[in-house]
Amino acid sequence: MRYMINFRLNGEEISIEVDPSWTLLYLLREVLGLKGTKEGCGMGECGACTVQMNGKAVVSCIYPAMEVDGKEVWTIEGLAQTSETLHPLQRAFIERGAIQCGFCTPGMIMSAKALLEKNSSPNEEEIKEAIAGNICRCTGYVQIIEAIKYAAEEYHGSKK
Amino acid sequence: MMRLKMIKEYYKVKSVKEAIDLKLQYGEKAMFLAGGTDVIVGLKNKKWNPEVLISLNEIPGLSYIREENGYLKIGALTTHREIEKSILIEGKIGALMDAVRNLGSVQIRNVATIGGNLCNAAPSADTAPPLLVHNAMITLEGKQERRSLPLEEFFLGPGKTAKKEDELLMEISLPIPPKTAKSAYWKHTRRAALELPIIGVAMYLDVELVKYGKLQQVFDSPDSTWDDQSRALNESEILCKELRLALGVAAPIPLKVKELEGIVNGKRLNDQLLWEVTDSALQKAQVRDSWRGVAWYRKEMIEVLTKRLALICLRRILKEV
Repeated sequence: MRYMINFRLNGEEISIEVDPSWTLLYLLREVLGLKGTKEGCGMGECGACTVQMNGKAVVSCIYPAMEVDGKEVWTIEGLAQTSETLHPLQRAFIERGAIQCGFCTPGMIMSAKALLEKNSSPNEEEIKEAIAGNICRCTGYVQIIEAIKYAAEEYHGSKK
Repeated sequence: MMRLKMIKEYYKVKSVKEAIDLKLQYGEKAMFLAGGTDVIVGLKNKKWNPEVLISLNEIPGLSYIREENGYLKIGALTTHREIEKSILIEGKIGALMDAVRNLGSVQIRNVATIGGNLCNAAPSADTAPPLLVHNAMITLEGKQERRSLPLEEFFLGPGKTAKKEDELLMEISLPIPPKTAKSAYWKHTRRAALELPIIGVAMYLDVELVKYGKLQQVFDSPDSTWDDQSRALNESEILCKELRLALGVAAPIPLKVKELEGIVNGKRLNDQLLWEVTDSALQKAQVRDSWRGVAWYRKEMIEVLTKRLALICLRRILKEV
């Protein structure tokens, strides 16, 4: 059986028939072709599949697609307006060298985005808490934390 | 593995009655789902094999934290993150706060519910020991009746609870503790996030403070060690009005250590008394070897953590004196 759901994805209204066996990650990657959201462990433990749902970071690999009906979802694809206008977090990750293989990056950025929208000047502990569910296996976390701090300054600055 | 291939139908029910009727209709072919962080992982691991999921997330009025007639009431669909951010829990139910702050990751806590954590009934369920030491009652609603029972009667075994097939967990209810009582939970793990405890210990402590100046001083000193604090406690005169202890991963169910009253009530709180408490806990615990930790180590940590938790509870009590 298929079910019709409606939700907002990266600012656009979407109506789509989904199968009850789909996770949100499957819907994003295999049906909608948004391959920015990654599958790491597939068990909700590594954070590579993190997206933002109604403002909050969630892991899409263990989130049923059926549950996004009526909700607002942001993925990494929704951040940059054009290739010239990257999101402050994307710029910060590039400028601070917070990327090596890049596999954890979309998830890291979505976790950081959810944090900064609630708390535009987080301290280091708050940043670490926000990305504790995002595993990076190559750069280490120092540059990532630095990048989030750097982006926060910009977030904070733009609100003044 | 981005799909849950066995799932053929998915219901998003709008009422408890609808949920129960569907469960009765499909029986073992259907599973309830709230946040899904245990259920979906279980499906992927082939721990369960249902064809139908009944999502409870759209049942209105099951997500709340409120005070009512001396009780703190938590709706079953309340997420761990909501508990973590609640000013009603903060300070009053310290052990539960300790548990939700260290459960999963922010992503998990944003969707995982307290009702789900209890119904999943893992021996390691982090919210269980804190709720047990706070004498939590739970309310179940079924086709015929609504009933309440103490949380310790809810857990029957790993993954097994007293909830009947046609019942839903509705609410968790805790007596609001007196100002002289505080609680704490220690989840002993290798890393902070996304870990199950090797051992979990929760304590609720209510005391009568007679002489405690030295202990207060040691707590105020930023570099005092556990040993400093223990020594200061032994030199203090603090009488134990009530001490409750519960253990995670120490038995097939989250375990409330019973019959501590005779050991502790009215006695002076010190290393000797805490050793007697530990001894009683170890007699009731059924710790075992697993890949996460071995039994002898778990036992030693129960002793260490019982002492530390008493100090953490006292620190919290003295903060408000």
